Amino acid sequence: MNLNYLYSLIVVIVLFLLAYVGVALPGGKTLFGVIIPYLAIITFIVGFCLRVVGWARLPVPFRIPTTCGQQKSLPWIKSANIDNPSTTGGVILRMILEIVFFRSLFRNTKCELKEGDKLSYEWEKWLWMGSLAFHWAFFTVLVRHMRFFLEPVPACLQLLDKLDGFLQIALPGLMLSGAVLLAAVIFLFLRRLWIPHVRYISLASDFFPLFLIMGIAITGILMRYFTKVDIVGIKEFTMGLVTFNFHIPEGVGGLFYTHLFFVSILFAYFPFSKLMHLGGIFMSPTRNLTTNSREKRHANPWNYPVKVHTYQQYEDEFREKMVEAGLPVEKMPEPEPPEEPVAPEEPEDSEEKE
Amino acid sequence: MPNNQTMYDKGKVVVGLCIFVILVTFPVWYNLGKAAPAPELVLSDKAKAAKECVEETSYMKAEHMQILDVWRDTVVRDAKRVYVNSKGKEYEMSLSNTCLDCHVEKAQFCDKCHDYASVTPYCWDCHIDPKEMK
Repeated sequence: MNLNYLYSLIVVIVLFLLAYVGVALPGGKTLFGVIIPYLAIITFIVGFCLRVVGWARLPVPFRIPTTCGQQKSLPWIKSANIDNPSTTGGVILRMILEIVFFRSLFRNTKCELKEGDKLSYEWEKWLWMGSLAFHWAFFTVLVRHMRFFLEPVPACLQLLDKLDGFLQIALPGLMLSGAVLLAAVIFLFLRRLWIPHVRYISLASDFFPLFLIMGIAITGILMRYFTKVDIVGIKEFTMGLVTFNFHIPEGVGGLFYTHLFFVSILFAYFPFSKLMHLGGIFMSPTRNLTTNSREKRHANPWNYPVKVHTYQQYEDEFREKMVEAGLPVEKMPEPEPPEEPVAPEEPEDSEEKE
Repeated sequence: MPNNQTMYDKGKVVVGLCIFVILVTFPVWYNLGKAAPAPELVLSDKAKAAKECVEETSYMKAEHMQILDVWRDTVVRDAKRVYVNSKGKEYEMSLSNTCLDCHVEKAQFCDKCHDYASVTPYCWDCHIDPKEMK
C-alpha cells in the first residue's frame, strides 16, 4: 500500500497550522507576510535560473526524431512538418502546441489486458483533459491575482475578470477558474489514488504539490466567498510588497496568511521539484530540436580525437609490397617499369590463402 | 568529457531566462515610481451624521453585495420594499433612494474601492447614477 499521500497531506496540514498559529504570535504577521514571501520569491527566481542553466550545460549533440511522424527525407515522401519538423518554423509550432495544448500528452494511450488475455491499447484522454483544465485554470487564477499587484489595474485584467465570471452566479461573482482549478486538482489527486499502477509509482513529491495547490485553492475560495476579507486592506498590503513600502493590514486574519504562506511554500519548493517542468518543457530535446539528421551532420562534442589510418594511407604505405604479392591496388605505382605485370599474378592465387 | 562550464545555445537560454525574470518581477517594474495609496472614502455630511449605515460598518464592508442582492430579489419578486435591520430600524429597499441618498456621489464612494480592487459590479447595468446622467 502506498502511503506517500499521507506524508504529503500531513506536511501540508502542519504548514497550515504553522501559518495559522504563527500569525497570531507577536511578529508573526511580519514573518509570514513580508519575510517569508520575499525569501520564497528570491529562492524561486534564483533556483529556477540555476536549474535552467544547469540543463543548458548538458550537451544534446544528436537530434531525437520522434516516431510521431515521418521525418523529412526524399521530396516525394510526405513528411510530418509539425510532428517531425525539419525547419525552425516547424519546431516553434510544435513547441507552441506542446506548451499550450500538451500535444504529446494528447496522444497518451492506456495499455491493458481485456477479456483475459487480449492486449489492447486505448486512447486515454482523461489525464490530458484534467491537466489542461488544471494548468489553464491555474494560469487564469494567477493572472487574475495581478489585480492585487498592479495599480491602476490594466483593462485587460478587468476583461479577464468579466470573462471568468460571466455566469454571474452568486455574490461575489463566481470565478470559473477557481472552481475548475479545485475540481481539476482533486481529479488529478484521485487519479493517482485510484488507478493502482499510477498509485504504485506515485511518490510523496507527486502528492505534495497537489495538496499544496488544493490548500491554496480552498483558502482562496473560503476567503472570497465565505469568510470574506478586507480586499482594500489586502491590496494595500500586496502593493506594499511590490513597491517595498510595507503595510500590514489590520483585521486580516489567519486564513489570508495561510493562503500567502502556501503560495510562498509553492514558490520556494518550485525549483527543487518536478514543478520545474515549467522551465523544462522549453529545454526538452525531443521537442525543441529540428529533426534534420538526414540533411546535416551533427558532431558529438565529446568525441576525443581518434587516430585514423585510411585505406589510401595504408595503400601508400604498402603499395609496392602489395603489388609484389599480387594483391589488387587502387592506384598502380607509376614509375615501375612494366616489365613483368603478368608474371607475379600466377602465384598470387596460392598465396591468397595465407 | 564535456566541459561542465559550457552553456549550449547560450544566447537563447539567456534571453529566455531574462524574459522569465522580467515576467516574474513585472509588478515591481509596473508600479515603479507610482504611489498608489489605498482609496480614502469621502462620506457626505448626511452619511457622517447618520454614523451608521443600514447595518454595522464592518458587516456592510463584507456583505453589502449580499444585502443588495437580497433587496433586489425581495423587491422584484415579492414586491416587499421595507427592510428591517438587526436593530429593528426600517429602511426602504432601494439602491437609488436609500443607498445613494447618503452616499451621494457614486464616484466618491462606490467606485473608490471597486476601482482599486478592480471589481465591476453589475448594479449599474440597470441602475443609473442620477449624478452621472447630468
